[in-house]
Formats: sequence, C-alpha cells, structure tokens
Amino acid sequence: MQPRTEAELAEAVRGAAGPLRICGGGTRGIGRVVPGELLSLAGISGISLYEPGALTLVAAAGTPLEEIEAALAAEGQMLAFEPMDHRVLLGSFGVPTIGGVVAANVSGPRRVSAVGACRDALLGVRFVDGSGQVIKNGGRVMKNVTGYDLSKLMAGAYGTLGVLSEVALKVLPRPEAETVLTIAGLDAGQAVKAMAAALGSPYEVTGAAYDPARGVHMRVEGLRASVQYRARELAALLAGFGTVALEEDRGASAALWQQIRDVERLAPHQVVVRVSMKPSDLPVILQDVGAGDDYLADWGGGLLWIAASETDGPALLENLQQFCARSGGHATLVKAPEAMRRSLRSFQPEPAALAALTAGLRARFDPRGILNPGLME
Amino acid sequence: MEMPVPNPGVLARKARIVALLRKVLPEDAVIDDPTATRAYECDGLTAYRCPPLAAVLPRTTEEVAAVLKICHAEGVPVVPRGSGTSLAGGALPTADSVILGVARLRDVLETDYDNRFIRVQTGRTNLSVTGAVEADGFFYAPDPSSQLACAIAGNIAMNSGGAHCLKYGVTTNNLLGVTMVLMDGTVVKIGGAHMDAGGLDLLGVICGSEGQLGVVTEATLRILPMPEGARPVLIGFDSNEVAGACVSDIIKAGILPVAIEFMDRPCIRATEAFAKAGYPDCEALLIVEVEGADAEIDTQLALIREIALRHDPVEFRESKSAEESAKIWLGRKSAFGAMGQINDYMCLDGTIPVSELPYVLRRIGEMSKDYGLDVANVFHAGDGNMHPLILFDANKPGDLELCEAFGADILKLCVEVGGCLTGEHGVGIEKRDLMHAQFSTADLEAQMRVKDVFDPSWLLNPAKVFPLDASATRRAA
Ligand SMILES: Cc1cc2nc3c(=O)[nH]c(=O)nc-3n(C[C@H](O)[C@H](O)[C@H](O)COP(=O)(O)OP(=O)(O)OC[C@H]3O[C@@H](n4cnc5c(N)ncnc54)[C@H](O)[C@@H]3O)c2cc1C
Repeated sequence: MQPRTEAELAEAVRGAAGPLRICGGGTRGIGRVVPGELLSLAGISGISLYEPGALTLVAAAGTPLEEIEAALAAEGQMLAFEPMDHRVLLGSFGVPTIGGVVAANVSGPRRVSAVGACRDALLGVRFVDGSGQVIKNGGRVMKNVTGYDLSKLMAGAYGTLGVLSEVALKVLPRPEAETVLTIAGLDAGQAVKAMAAALGSPYEVTGAAYDPARGVHMRVEGLRASVQYRARELAALLAGFGTVALEEDRGASAALWQQIRDVERLAPHQVVVRVSMKPSDLPVILQDVGAGDDYLADWGGGLLWIAASETDGPALLENLQQFCARSGGHATLVKAPEAMRRSLRSFQPEPAALAALTAGLRARFDPRGILNPGLME
Repeated sequence: MEMPVPNPGVLARKARIVALLRKVLPEDAVIDDPTATRAYECDGLTAYRCPPLAAVLPRTTEEVAAVLKICHAEGVPVVPRGSGTSLAGGALPTADSVILGVARLRDVLETDYDNRFIRVQTGRTNLSVTGAVEADGFFYAPDPSSQLACAIAGNIAMNSGGAHCLKYGVTTNNLLGVTMVLMDGTVVKIGGAHMDAGGLDLLGVICGSEGQLGVVTEATLRILPMPEGARPVLIGFDSNEVAGACVSDIIKAGILPVAIEFMDRPCIRATEAFAKAGYPDCEALLIVEVEGADAEIDTQLALIREIALRHDPVEFRESKSAEESAKIWLGRKSAFGAMGQINDYMCLDGTIPVSELPYVLRRIGEMSKDYGLDVANVFHAGDGNMHPLILFDANKPGDLELCEAFGADILKLCVEVGGCLTGEHGVGIEKRDLMHAQFSTADLEAQMRVKDVFDPSWLLNPAKVFPLDASATRRAA
C-alpha cells in the first residue's frame, strides 16, 4: 500500500486486515523481521514549512532526507543531529526519509554535545495510531510543555506505536568552520580519558570518536576565529596524551565525520551490534566481552559499534546484553543476516516492570498489534 | 476554577489513612493537623487554595513506595510536590488528597565528571545542583528564574526551561535517567548515565507529565563544563516589528546566543521605575548574551552589532565588564518583582512562532484596551516563549475573572498563530480547560492512554492537565 495523503494513510491502517510492515525508504532494516503487508510512506512527501529565521522545518514523513538537507543547505542551515545513512553499513538500497530517521531516533556524532539527539530536535509530530486515528502532538515551536510529550515517545518507537505522517524539527545554522584534532596510537582506556578531558573542557567539542586503527578524533565547530582558538587550546590541553594533529580543512573534516557517522569502517562485516553505555565503560566492556572482530566508538566512548562473524554474532550479542543488564545501557543488533534477525532478540530485554509499561503502551496505541509487530523484541 | 468533588469516603476515613501512614513513616513525616496542612494549600498560583487531607515528607524511595502502596490500596489521590513554586497550580491539593512532598530527599548521590553527570535525589533545588559541581568548573544548564527555590522534582514534572535554553535546551534535553515510584508502589529505574533510551523513550514522556505518571525520587542529570565567560548587549528599538526582525536576522546569521530576552515599553517603564537599571525609554528592548573566551565574545558581539545597526536601533550598549553585564541584566531580572510592586499580576506563558511576534504584540495591545487591563510583555524572544504580565487588582470584585478571561484569549491567540498554551510553566489547573483549544478529542485521548498505563486507577494528581470533562469517566472509574 502507498497512500498519498494522511487521510488515505489513516484509511489504510483502519482497514488493514492483518499486520503492516511500515516502510519509509526501507534503508534501515533494524530489529526483528516482521511479517505483514508493506505500507510505504513514500507517497506522503514534501516540506510544508521552513522558516530559517525561526530555525524550524515541518515535513511529511515520506520526504527524502536529501530533499530536506538540500533545502537547509541553501539557507546555510542543517539537521544538527546529523543522522547516519544506514545504507553504508547495512548495504541497503532506497531513499532515506525523514520519518524513518525520527522513527529510529537516528543521532550522529553531535549527540555528545549540547545539540543532543534526533528526539531533542523534534518539536512535534502527526501520526496514525493502530486504530487508524490521526493524532497530533507537540507543534512547531521551540518551547512547548502543553500536555504529554508523545513526540519523544514516537521517536525511537520504530513505528510500533503509530505511523508518523509529519514531523516538525528544530534546525541549526551550519558552522562557518570546523577542525579535527587527532591523536594516534592510544588504547581504548587512554582514548576515553582523552575524550573525557576534551568534553569536560569549555571548548565545546561537538564530536569525539575512537577508531582503534587511527586513534582519537575530536571536532570543534563555529565561527572561524573561535574554532582556531579552541583547537589551539584543546591541543595544549591534550598534549599529555600524545602528538595532536590538526586538520583545518572543512571538507576533510566533514568527510571524516561522515565516515564515523555512517560506521563505514564496519561495513564489510556480517554482524554489527550497537551498544549505548556510560562512556567510561568502553574499556571495561572490551575487556569483559572482548573486542569482536573490529569496533568503532563514538560519543566520547558512550556509543560502541562492534562487529562479529555470523558464527560468533549470537554469543557476542548475548554477552553485550548481559553486560548492559548489569552495568547499565543497552545493546541492539543492527546488522545481521535475516535468519539471525528472525531468531535473536535484536533489542535489549527490559526488566519486568518496564516491560509491563512498554507492553501496556503498545496495547493502547496499537490494540490489534498490527504496526510492525514484534520489531522491537 | 472548578475542581472535582472530594471523595466523601476518603474524607470519612481520614483517621484510618493517617494511622496507616504513621505505621510506615517516622512521626515527624506525617502532617495531618489542619493548621499545619495549610502550609501545603497552594503553590505559586496563589489565587487557588485547598488544604489537603494530610501531607507526608518521606526521606527515602522506600518510604515513598510505602506511602503510595497505602494510598493505592485505600483509593486516596496523591499530589506530588517539590518546592511548590508551580505557576500553573500543578501542586494544588484537593481536600481528599495526600500531598507527597520530596523536600527531604535532597542528597547528591554521585558526581561523575568523566562521564559528565550528577545523580541527585529530586527534592534538591535546581541551583544547588549547579552548586555541587561549580567549584569543579561544571554546571547544570536548565536555569528557571525560580532556581533558588524550585526542586529538580518539579523541574522534571514541568519540563522547566530557563533563560539559557536557546543554546542548552530545557529539562528534557538534560535528563538522562530517573528512579520513579508508580502509584501501586512499584519502583522503576529508567535510563541512566548512557545517552539514549533502549526501548521506548519512556523518559521523554515522563518529563513534563506534571506528576501524573509516578513520583520521581532520583534523577541522573547531564552536567556541562562552564563556558569561559559570557557578556550581554542591550539593544533598544522604536518598534516591536524591528526588534523582532533583528532577532530573526541574528539567528539567521549563524550566531547562536545563549539568551535573547525581549521587553516592551510598559515593562521597561515599570522595571526602570523599580530597579533604575538605566534602560532607554523605547518601544522594545533586546538583551542578547553570548558565551566564550573574551576574544570569541568580541567577535560575536561585533557581528551582532553589525546586524543591529542595520535595523537603526535607538541604543546599542555593549557590556565590557562584569559590572556592566550585571547592570544590563538587572532590569530584566527584576521585571517580575517590579510588576509585583505596582500591582497584582498574572503571568502567562504561551509560545508563538517568532515570525508572529509583531502581530501577536499588536493584538495583545488591542485586547488590553478592550479588557481595560494593562499588559507588560517580557519574554524569551529566541524561542518565542512569551510571558505577558496582565495587571489587575485582586481586591476589586470581578477583576481576577476579567484577567483570567483576557489571559485565556491571549493563549488562544498563541495557538491560532501556530504556537501553544504553555512553553515552560505547564498546564496544571490553570490551562487545563483550554486544552480543547489546542488538541482534538483524539489528541487528548492519546495522552490519557499513557496515564492509563502508568496509573490505571487515576489517583496521581488526577484533576490536572486534562479538561475535567475529558477525564471524567477515567477519574470516576
Ligand atoms: C518567580 C518564579 C519564576 C519562575 N520562573 C520559571 C522559569 O523561568 N522557567 C520555568 O520553566 N518555570 C518557572 N517557574 C515555575 C516553577 O518554578 C517551575 O515549574 C518549577 O519547576 C516547579 O518546581 P517545584 O519544585 O516548585 O514544583 P512544585 O510546584 O512543587 O510542583 C510542580 C509539579 O511537579 C509535580 N511534582 C513535584 N514533585 C514531583 C515528584 N517527585 N514526582 C513527580 N511529580 C512531581 C507536582 O505534582 C506539580 O504538578 C517560576 C516560578 C516562580 C514562582
């Protein structure tokens, strides 16, 4: 099914006889493989409002991300949460949509800074619940505490509570300059300490990633004079960790952060797990659970991407989920062959009391259990 | 303001309920003497008062759970309370309710600079969270003007904002985890020191749920390194339109100030008479603050100057020192106090798209004439969060009602132009019955479903947020 309006979408959901497989651009096949008829959002598309002076943009859920990014770039603005393009890691095809980005709460390297995640930029949503009701929440203004924040609940729900039809986002000016600082030759323990030192400084680091083969990368962005000043101060602050190399070319920096954002390095691997945890747990987890076949860390160490073969994948996922159950955080199977996605729990199991709340919400927003059923299990 | 009829069964069982509470709490933690419960009869919305059945002041999460179990079993409504500074009546009791105050839960449980978080009990005041980390160069970003008094508990419940949220976001953007007790006494832990939710973003819906989903006893908060410095400029204009255009141009230019505050002429005059900050007598005044090292501040202020001069300001005053900064902020910070000196006032809190600013100010001016009540406007211009202050005389019969009607019209106007009823103060009882103006029945149903899951018996703060007619069947069940 491919409805062309929100009303048609509501009609399609209301009339559905069985489970629906909701699809934006189909580039993010994450979670349990779900059965059901394809419900494509590609027909509900277009930017309906963009006010650069108010930093706000409203678009239909099926709007291609590329279209949004082009409109923003024309005004020197951007989606500050720099969503990952999953096609690189997953080898998927298709056109990423803004609805898919929000449904999966896709947040890039700037998550670690004051900018925050996709859900932090989300001002409002319109969606169709499992009974085919159209519901709106939030709005298009920056500050809004009117009623419960269902928008946040929808971000990261992978369509299981409702099918997004429209999203309103806060956008930000594109920085005039950016610089990357790199320190090569650090182990994970030293890397996390270096990143903590940088992120604990007043120099507004907007990216802090660790690639075991290349070292620690840190990004500063803003007005040209500021970036020069902060990069210099940071380099001095971090001198004790090793030689600090500076890359001041904006294009080179942008290319590097795009590779990190898209986890390009792990693309050749069959199985990839994403772990969100306390940054200082990075060396602990690598010690306890092992480093897999390869890994990459972002968010100052708080986000770990770890790869394994098809054979070792299930055990790795299990061990990571157990670690997170003990120490906090969560591990999600992001990339795996379809057979594995059918048999394993892709998402971190929740403690009983939380699982009951989650099940209760699903039962009320989707009483027939037809929206991507089981995807987040 | 209409409130539900207190449950006579609960009122009749007061002695039994208090005795049960005394069994699980220390003697001094249960307050049932009618003169003593008066201390909890209202919050910052003082026009409405009602002493509760009793008030309890637990010291631990376990005690909170024990209290809730009893109230759940006895069918007693519970109103959570932080410091009672809500301006929306969020903490207003009903006669059949137990006030559950978290004021004695105020410890810092953990500070972690490497991972940049602090874990606190939620009775701790907002300012004292920053107080616990500032010696080490960190701060907690959300800074409501009430920060000396208000508690993290109330901040989470209301998703409070502050002057600096243009850059750092509001409470929800700085909250990483909570420990919360559900109405049936179940203790849940959500989130933690990691940066995103594992399953559904429950934390996102708890923040801003006005004490209706659970009692939050502990919170993990993001802390940030303090900037090297900050300095404001003051810019005066002879029209609201031009001031609004200047705000939009600053934002479009790619500068992200930490704060952009706006005051209109009635507000400038009142604060000038009170605080003598030396503000120009003009139609509209902006205070724009930027952060960074000295040289970085100079660069940003030079850009702002260039933009402002294009708009022909009647005054452009750049702070060069800490004293000059304090002087620029003095009037803005005393605005509410100044208004309080002249008159009783009601403070509104709607948000509008910033592009609608001139139109909305003009309409408010016209309505002010129609109602015969003066309004002064002071607000966070960067994000469109308005705080019109309507002046009235509480001793004059009918004036409060007139003021409320005027306020409701302003808020409806905010919704009409694409904004919302409340940007940071919350719905409480104050805007409860206006919710129909912003939401359809289906929109409200969807929100109430969340409460059905967390609090199926609708005992937690039940008479707030949702219009009484919309929640009637649920509250009666
Ligand atoms: C002078 C003044 C200036 C203000 N300035 C601002 C401002 O700049 N920005 C802003 O956003 N607000 C502002 N406020 C409003 C108010 O201070 C905030 O809403 C604040 O967060 C309330 O905190 P509190 O601890 O006083 O909460 P309370 O008033 O005690 O309660 C507020 C709400 O929180 C709920 N609650 C309390 N404790 C808990 C708990 N443990 N678990 C669950 N729910 C709970 C209550 O039931 C109630 O609904 C201002 C108020 C005043 C009086």
